[in-house]
Amino acid sequence: MRETEAVLAAKHAIEICNACRYCEGYCAVFPAMELQRDFTLADMGYLANLCHNCNGCYHACQFAPPHEYGINLPKHFAEVRLESYAQFAWPQPLARAFERNGVVVAAVMALAITFVLLAVTLLVTPDVVFRPHLGPGAFYAVVSWGAMASVAGATLLFSIAALSVGAIRFWCATRSELTGPVTWRAVRRAATDIVTLRYLGGAGEGCNDADASFSLARRHAHHALAGGFALCFAATSVATVFDHFLGWVAPYGWFSLPVVLGTLGGISMITGCAGLMRVKLITDPAPVSRRVLGGDWALLALLLAAAVTGLGVLALRETSAMGVVMALHLGVILALFVLLPYGKFVHGVYRGAALLKAAVERDRHRPVA
Amino acid sequence: MIVRDDEPGHNGVMSEIVYDVAVIGGGNAALCAAITAREAGCSVIVLEHAPKAMRGGNSRHTRNLRAMHDAPTSVLTEAYLEDEYWDDLLRVTGGQTDEALARMTIRESQRVIPWMLGHGVRFQPSLTGTLNLSRTNAFFLGGGKALVNAYYLAAARLGIAIRYDSEVLSIDLDDGFARSVTVRSGGADTMIRARTFVASAGGFQANMDMLRASWGEAADNFLIRGTPYAQGTVLNSLLAQGVEAIGDASQFHAVAIDARAPKFDGGIVTRLDCIPFSIVVNRNAQRFYDEGEDVWPKRYAIWGRLVAQQPGQIAWSVFDAKCRALFMPSVYPAYRADTIEGLATQIGLDSAALRQTVDNYNAAVRPGSFNTQVLDDCATEGLAPPKTHWAQRIDTPPYYSYPHRPGITFTYLGVKVDAQARVIMQDGRPAANLFASGEIMAGSILGRGYLAGFGMTIGTVFGRLAGQGAARHARN
Ligand SMILES: Cc1cc2nc3c(=O)[nH]c(=O)nc-3n(C[C@H](O)[C@H](O)[C@H](O)COP(=O)(O)OP(=O)(O)OC[C@H]3O[C@@H](n4cnc5c(N)ncnc54)[C@H](O)[C@@H]3O)c2cc1C
Ligand code: SF4
Ligand code: SF4
Repeated sequence: MRETEAVLAAKHAIEICNACRYCEGYCAVFPAMELQRDFTLADMGYLANLCHNCNGCYHACQFAPPHEYGINLPKHFAEVRLESYAQFAWPQPLARAFERNGVVVAAVMALAITFVLLAVTLLVTPDVVFRPHLGPGAFYAVVSWGAMASVAGATLLFSIAALSVGAIRFWCATRSELTGPVTWRAVRRAATDIVTLRYLGGAGEGCNDADASFSLARRHAHHALAGGFALCFAATSVATVFDHFLGWVAPYGWFSLPVVLGTLGGISMITGCAGLMRVKLITDPAPVSRRVLGGDWALLALLLAAAVTGLGVLALRETSAMGVVMALHLGVILALFVLLPYGKFVHGVYRGAALLKAAVERDRHRPVA
Repeated sequence: MIVRDDEPGHNGVMSEIVYDVAVIGGGNAALCAAITAREAGCSVIVLEHAPKAMRGGNSRHTRNLRAMHDAPTSVLTEAYLEDEYWDDLLRVTGGQTDEALARMTIRESQRVIPWMLGHGVRFQPSLTGTLNLSRTNAFFLGGGKALVNAYYLAAARLGIAIRYDSEVLSIDLDDGFARSVTVRSGGADTMIRARTFVASAGGFQANMDMLRASWGEAADNFLIRGTPYAQGTVLNSLLAQGVEAIGDASQFHAVAIDARAPKFDGGIVTRLDCIPFSIVVNRNAQRFYDEGEDVWPKRYAIWGRLVAQQPGQIAWSVFDAKCRALFMPSVYPAYRADTIEGLATQIGLDSAALRQTVDNYNAAVRPGSFNTQVLDDCATEGLAPPKTHWAQRIDTPPYYSYPHRPGITFTYLGVKVDAQARVIMQDGRPAANLFASGEIMAGSILGRGYLAGFGMTIGTVFGRLAGQGAARHARN
């Protein structure tokens, strides 16, 4: 990590925490910290991504502001995380997207929607767009399957490549003499931590949002959002198989597998987004960095838009509005795919990698002193 | 009946409301009393000198509490029975305790953890504690400030009136009967009336004038590990009105902390655990005590006093690269140099004198098998004072040093109480409607020394007793 103000503040705080360790029961950061005595700037990139921003250690800290030590780990770490996203981004010129991420996300979303709408209106006669389509192939009358699959597929592949490069860069930059070979045991442990969101748990109690009381609202909302996202992804995958390999052309009936998965997924995503937005609104601002808020809200807005337009397509698919809603939905999805490596979505990748590193190191070492 | 009286500033007047119970202080002992009294149906007001952000006194710096148990619990391993607990207490106090009160406290400690859990305090699972104390001590998840936060949330939920920035100047006694408290808040003085009062305002360790009275100018070099609000105002007010004192006013618990720590509130992170693996010299570069006398947990509490007795109340530990990783990290970096002379220059000691001290020590070190886990056989021979364990030559650069000053944890002088937490007057009778809990009465049980986690046990046990007693009295 570069020697920025945020990284130095985090390092100063962590050196104090390592002498204190009162918060060791809250999350993975403290046990990871306790394996070391001297910290590098790169360690801050690692620990910051290990932090799940539960705010537990802020409210519990006897050295939080106005104490002269001024410890505020969730805030320091949020800023370091943001800087790490930019630093590990690939290709580097696009790292600037993290500077004003809210604006970038909004702009990309607007562009993507315009692009799809333009493409649709230029390639298809308005008459086709605004006519209700019924029966097999209705959607593809508006946007052909080939166009849809190739644009989405190419974007997604590029984004996955960019995310992978980022993950590898993160791993190389933060590996230390403590890190050893990745074992199955560590992978299993990290996977469990990710899937259960163990550390949005503060030792089973939850996060501190509005005040020092514990709440599982954020964990539950995140589960709903991530689960919903997975269901929608599954819906799309199943539909692709139906359509392309089994020759059952969309749209499908209300009780078909893709529609059920997509409906549940969409509702779940909306619930999750709403829950996370609510938590954001009630959270005590003291441990929150304003620098990250734009990107946070942008990703939530994007996911919410994806879910709402997706359900919109479903609800309006037999009406003349389907064409436009469909184009909107595809625009949002395109923006989402484009932005995967250049927005808050990357937190999942780096946090996953950090959890894996923590699992590897915890198996190999004991706390110092 | 719930009485809420949150409006600030009854300038210089007597408040209209008469609370059932007024609790003075805002740390663990105060909150335990307030919650207990409120749950017994009383209207309760808590008067805390500190602002909200710094509430909770020394309790915000704590990490664990010692509790008796006869079988493993969710937060404690094995068993820790009354007699063993009592033996531990007897050993550290050298007998300066009150057996009946102490045993009552120990037995009551069995009941505190479920009560704490019931009021939102969370503990670490029993096996993860940094210190190997999970048999005797339960560690608070997030430490003492998290505990204090949980109690304040519970208090707010229960409808207890909480006033921050409210310094109690006196508890106004009238022949052993407490009538009101005088509170200074926002520059104005108010009298608050209540039927009963609980004094839980901690010790006087932050009162530099009182420390100077016993220690002279040396006191100016003492650091206070905890809250600056421990001014002893309430304690002095009571002692001046015929309440029986207990404990020696000149005594305090002190450890040798990093000299660069803030004057107040440096808390746990300024502690230095390097002494058993170092030599410790004063500002004349002379050693003054056996650094390896016993394992650190049994010796750390004498070093505050030892350093307090040195010229300028300062000392430096010196060790070499071999020892750097043997103790807990601390906040401030060690001074470091490739030669002893270079180190002496950095820390402002006479380099020839430090060289001489190190040479004498090195020459006296006898070979042995170094082992940090036991009282090993690495000792000096023919050196005064000796180093009787973990003595290794200081010969592997880089060399390191930490500066140490006395860091005061708490004072022993307090008010005497009985087994119902009632404050005892000089004539031996309990005051009618005045109770005390926590540091302000801890001297009744802990006249000397310290047992890790016992401060919070005393505060919780007596806080609950005081709350029960106050409620009983207020309702009659
Ligand atoms: C660094 C450190 C670590 C410690 N660790 C432990 C540990 O792990 N376990 C343990 O058992 N003990 C520990 N102790 C000791 C422990 O802190 C005390 O025994 C315990 O906190 C005492 O609780 P209390 O409520 O009596 O006092 P405090 O917590 O000090 O509370 C006193 C309260 O009274 C208020 N007050 C003072 N004067 C006035 C006034 N005039 N008017 C109104 N309010 C006033 C203060 O603001 C404060 O809120 C530690 C102490 C320190 C300094
Ligand atoms: S956040 Fe504060 S209380 Fe928690 S470990 Fe760090 S210094 Fe200690
Ligand atoms: S905010 Fe929560 S997850 Fe982050 S370091 Fe603090 S306790 Fe751990």
